[in-house]
Amino acid sequence: MLAIPEIGWSDLTPLLPFLILCVGGLVLVLIDALIRGRAGFPWAPVTALLPAAALVAYAARWGDAVGETVFGTMFIEDSFGSTVGVLICIATLLAVFLSGSYLDKVGRTRGEYYALIAFSASGLVLFASTTELLSLFLGLELLSIPVYVLSGYLRKNPLSLEAGMKYFLLGAFSSAVFLFGGALIYVTTGTTDLVEGLRLGAGSPLAQLGFLILLSGLLFKAATVPFHMWTPDVYQGAPTAVTAFMATAVKAAAFGALARVVAAGSPLWDNIPLTQVLWWVAVLTMTVGNLAALTQTNVKRMLAYSSIAHAGYLLIGLVVFSQTGDHDALSGMLYYLLAYTVMNIGAFGVVIYWANHEREHLEIPQYAGLGWRTPALGLAMSVFMISLAGIPPTAGFFGKYYIFRSAIEHGFHSLIIIAVLNSALSVYYYLRVMVALYMRKPVATLELGRSTVVGAVVAVCAVATFWIGFAPDAFSFVPGVPSIVEWVQGAAIAAR
Amino acid sequence: MDWSYTPLLFVLPLALMIPIVMLVLTNVLGPKNPSAAKSVPYESGIAPPTSAEQRFPVRFYLVAVSFLLFDVEAVFLFPWAVRFKELGWFGFGVMSIFLAILVLGLVYEWRKGGLEWD
Repeated sequence: MLAIPEIGWSDLTPLLPFLILCVGGLVLVLIDALIRGRAGFPWAPVTALLPAAALVAYAARWGDAVGETVFGTMFIEDSFGSTVGVLICIATLLAVFLSGSYLDKVGRTRGEYYALIAFSASGLVLFASTTELLSLFLGLELLSIPVYVLSGYLRKNPLSLEAGMKYFLLGAFSSAVFLFGGALIYVTTGTTDLVEGLRLGAGSPLAQLGFLILLSGLLFKAATVPFHMWTPDVYQGAPTAVTAFMATAVKAAAFGALARVVAAGSPLWDNIPLTQVLWWVAVLTMTVGNLAALTQTNVKRMLAYSSIAHAGYLLIGLVVFSQTGDHDALSGMLYYLLAYTVMNIGAFGVVIYWANHEREHLEIPQYAGLGWRTPALGLAMSVFMISLAGIPPTAGFFGKYYIFRSAIEHGFHSLIIIAVLNSALSVYYYLRVMVALYMRKPVATLELGRSTVVGAVVAVCAVATFWIGFAPDAFSFVPGVPSIVEWVQGAAIAAR
Repeated sequence: MDWSYTPLLFVLPLALMIPIVMLVLTNVLGPKNPSAAKSVPYESGIAPPTSAEQRFPVRFYLVAVSFLLFDVEAVFLFPWAVRFKELGWFGFGVMSIFLAILVLGLVYEWRKGGLEWD
């Protein structure tokens, strides 16, 4: 006799944000099929309803998210997952508004773009809210495949095609690596639940190897050295709005999943040099990212390398967490992800704002004098650059401060010295944009585009960059981020 | 350590050797008498009118993808059909959702002209 799971409505409520995004994507596909590509459908506002509704769903259950699992162990609802989910939804919401204007400018407004964004967002939510290997993989594919397609969305543009192809091939390979790691854990322990499996297989070399391989599959998605090679080409080639989505929403989910996997691996912490591995990955990631960014003249490529460097700073949180189990390191990471989301979306928003119908202006020298021509946008861009460089009183500074502080408290002095040196290095290439904006004479009269919606998004991001920076206490942070620790302990207790 | 699969290690080089020996021996020992009729792709079949190395319409790719999708659908339908009675209304509901999503894909493809050849 088969065991039929009893499923009621109450089981579905924790899944609501995921279901909203997923079913919403299907509805968008249906709408696209029914209107047969007729112009004039308000795609961006309608799509924006989905992450907005998901945010409402998160808000409605904010206090109730106490680490319950749904459908066996397939989906976890806890405050860590909800926080990452909220970050994903905010990033998606902003990216959708950028997309609307961007697609109008390049003349490629199509329904499938928005459906793909919605599907990808649902995968992101799932990815960050589970430790079951099967749903983790399902989330990984659900988030990746739409993003592969979106990277190559401008199919008349060779750079975009190259980005799509490259991301697809390498991404498929990293998915295989991820699966292989999962298979090793499954083969040693006979369970697909990562928490249970790593507890059982803590002493087995095969499971330890599987854990490290699984981790490298995730580090690929998070764009960390030595799995970063795809990032510059993909970020540069993909449509700018998609790059903004990838750099923020996908990164948030990847770090959410990484934190969960590292937490689930807590029984292994004594058996493998996880902290050392993450330490080196963090140091290499921030150093390589920053050094490579120094010489870039293309703004998207520069932001791509900068996103690699920021992944390095974010990893510091995981390094500390993997040594001490201190959840403060993780809340620092989440805070930094929020800061990174608003300043990065803002920076890409400015790039999109200036793009006109013929072309985007992506070379930094082209920005000469734009700070005087469009003062508001120039100011906003300066705010984002200052914040990315980590200069107070912006969100970027406080994000770094929280992460570095928890690392110092636990004695990671050399790591923080390297990180601060890296931060200082990064000021050079961020300020170079501002130098171009304000201190260079315009070389040629650039035909600038405009867009009210993008302007509004940029304004929101700029205000948020300051607001998060000035009132960091308002976010310090996230009721019960400790829950990931409680949840790991709870799972360990339950398993006894 | 589980040693029960160790014999496989010995079979592996043997399995590699057999085809290599066969290929080398046929090459060395076999008499060779090539002719034009013998070297066409299908030796006893229809003579190919043109070279196979040419461009063909990308629509074949669309057909292949659609086939793959609905073929995989059938793979999922079989186990459900085998356990239809045990799974009851729950299984019916789940499979209906699954099929509805696939039908949506078909509707999309149809409306987008993916099924038209010209």
